[in-house]
Amino acid sequence: MTEFQTVIGLEFHAELKTKTKIFCSCPTTFAGEPNTHVCPVCLGLPGVLPVLNKRAVELAMKAGLALNCQISPFSKFDRKNYFYPDLPKAYQVTQYPLPICKSGYITVPDADGNEKNIRINRIHLEEDAGKLVHSGESITTSNYSLPDYNRAAVPLIEIVSEPDMASAEEAKAFGDKLKLILEYAGVSDVKMEQGSLRCDVNISLMPKGSDKLGTKVEIKNLNSFRAMHRAIQFEEDRQRRMIERGEKIVQETRTWDEGSGQTLSMRSKENDHDYRYFPEPDLVPTVITPEWIEAVRSELPELPDKREKRLKEECGLSYYDCAQIVATPALAFFFDEVAKIFDDKKTIANWLIGDVSRLINVAEKEYEQIPIAADDLAYLLEQAKSGAINNNSAKAVLEEMFASGKKPAEIISERGFAQISDSSALEEAVKAVIEANAKAAEDFRAGKQQAMGFLMGQVMKATKGQANPNLVKELLAKMLK
Amino acid sequence: MAITVNDVEYVAKLAKLTIADEEMDGYIKKLSAILDYMQQLQEIDTNGVPLTTHVLPLENIFRKDEVKPCLPREKVLANAPDTEDGYFKVPKIF
Ligand SMILES: [Zn+2]
Repeated sequence: MTEFQTVIGLEFHAELKTKTKIFCSCPTTFAGEPNTHVCPVCLGLPGVLPVLNKRAVELAMKAGLALNCQISPFSKFDRKNYFYPDLPKAYQVTQYPLPICKSGYITVPDADGNEKNIRINRIHLEEDAGKLVHSGESITTSNYSLPDYNRAAVPLIEIVSEPDMASAEEAKAFGDKLKLILEYAGVSDVKMEQGSLRCDVNISLMPKGSDKLGTKVEIKNLNSFRAMHRAIQFEEDRQRRMIERGEKIVQETRTWDEGSGQTLSMRSKENDHDYRYFPEPDLVPTVITPEWIEAVRSELPELPDKREKRLKEECGLSYYDCAQIVATPALAFFFDEVAKIFDDKKTIANWLIGDVSRLINVAEKEYEQIPIAADDLAYLLEQAKSGAINNNSAKAVLEEMFASGKKPAEIISERGFAQISDSSALEEAVKAVIEANAKAAEDFRAGKQQAMGFLMGQVMKATKGQANPNLVKELLAKMLK
Repeated sequence: MAITVNDVEYVAKLAKLTIADEEMDGYIKKLSAILDYMQQLQEIDTNGVPLTTHVLPLENIFRKDEVKPCLPREKVLANAPDTEDGYFKVPKIF
């Protein structure tokens, strides 16, 4: 039996984090009321003049730099013509022969855990379409549809990979990494469930070792990477069975049906020239200088690969700890803030992954809204490290910081958490405990080490747990000599 | 350059136009004339001539990313043939 090899290419659409649309000054924010964030330009009324949003260009450049692309010194816009009511102008303004970024790559782990570079063919800027509300259950059973153009002309980047992925796992790893990089770069919200990141899959099968690509099928309507993973596995299986039965794969677009867990045929894919691309005459070309590229590059934060390496090497964190922190940009940025003030990075990592994460989850908050300040956490960790408060008290203080927003110093003093680390203050208590427990003191002198634990417990009890345990031990040892 | 009935029907379909049989000859002639003219341009040697991507000598015309007021919805929908609850209303798509 012939063994097959899967060939996967991905296309992502990411909404850019601009305040306004790509060619007009309408807001990109979500509007509950339909057709309230529109103007003559994004409605495509006759005689209007679109003007490119500079921020959209810069965010596309940022995405390109973060994804190891070359930024084109010269790019321009084209019209892609097709009729569909979510498109007010009956064409989409996009970039065809001269996109803003070309030839990048992302590094992901392959099946053997080795690093594999998945190439990116291009990134181009374009406008989003509007949304359609259908009168019936679905588009085919509806008697009419209702376009809302609030989202029309929100700036998008389309990121097109090369067909470099060989499995659903690699495709998912690429998707996860791309999402994380765009999030770090601050280019997009990348929320698949809200549609600010969307993904289409191109997939074909060919006999193992062949260099002749099979007929590819495009899969749309993937609302999560989980759905993408399932859809790829379903499609691999469907295509393999068809080939084995001697049937011909049709080049077409299929939609993922989450409910039934299968891909369904939509319509045969029109050829590229059917879109009748032609240069957009209302927009002038974009010329990008090396100086501009460097200015945009300087806005980029440290990206995931480099950050993970640094946390591992400089901070001595384990692979697991690094992955946990790097996977959440807000947590990683917070880590850096705390680390500027408090230098025990291992401790910071433990607290962030442990109690801080737990409290964020309990409060059902996002990491973007960590309700404590970095310098307050640094202060708290310093207090715990120096022994001024004990570890359990520190946890209680953190909890109250989350709940009340009070400063740690205030909570420590209010709740009487400060450890007694002054030996003259403790000597009295230690002396009293030795006198009251003469038998245990005798046992210890006779060499019974367990008696030390008992005596320490008595001192802690007498001081309501506030005595610095190391100091108590020291004092007991000295006085029992 | 000879254009066929099939070519005209193909582009008409893409443009969602219906062309009557008696109009067909006229379209074939007119479209062929345009392509013949373009063919003439093809004969010019353009080696070393930079690509023209825009007819105006302009580049980098940008807008600041600042929100300005939108069009009031009564005006947005004023010319729509049909509306419903603040939406445009369009006939059955498929
Ligand atoms: Zn607008």
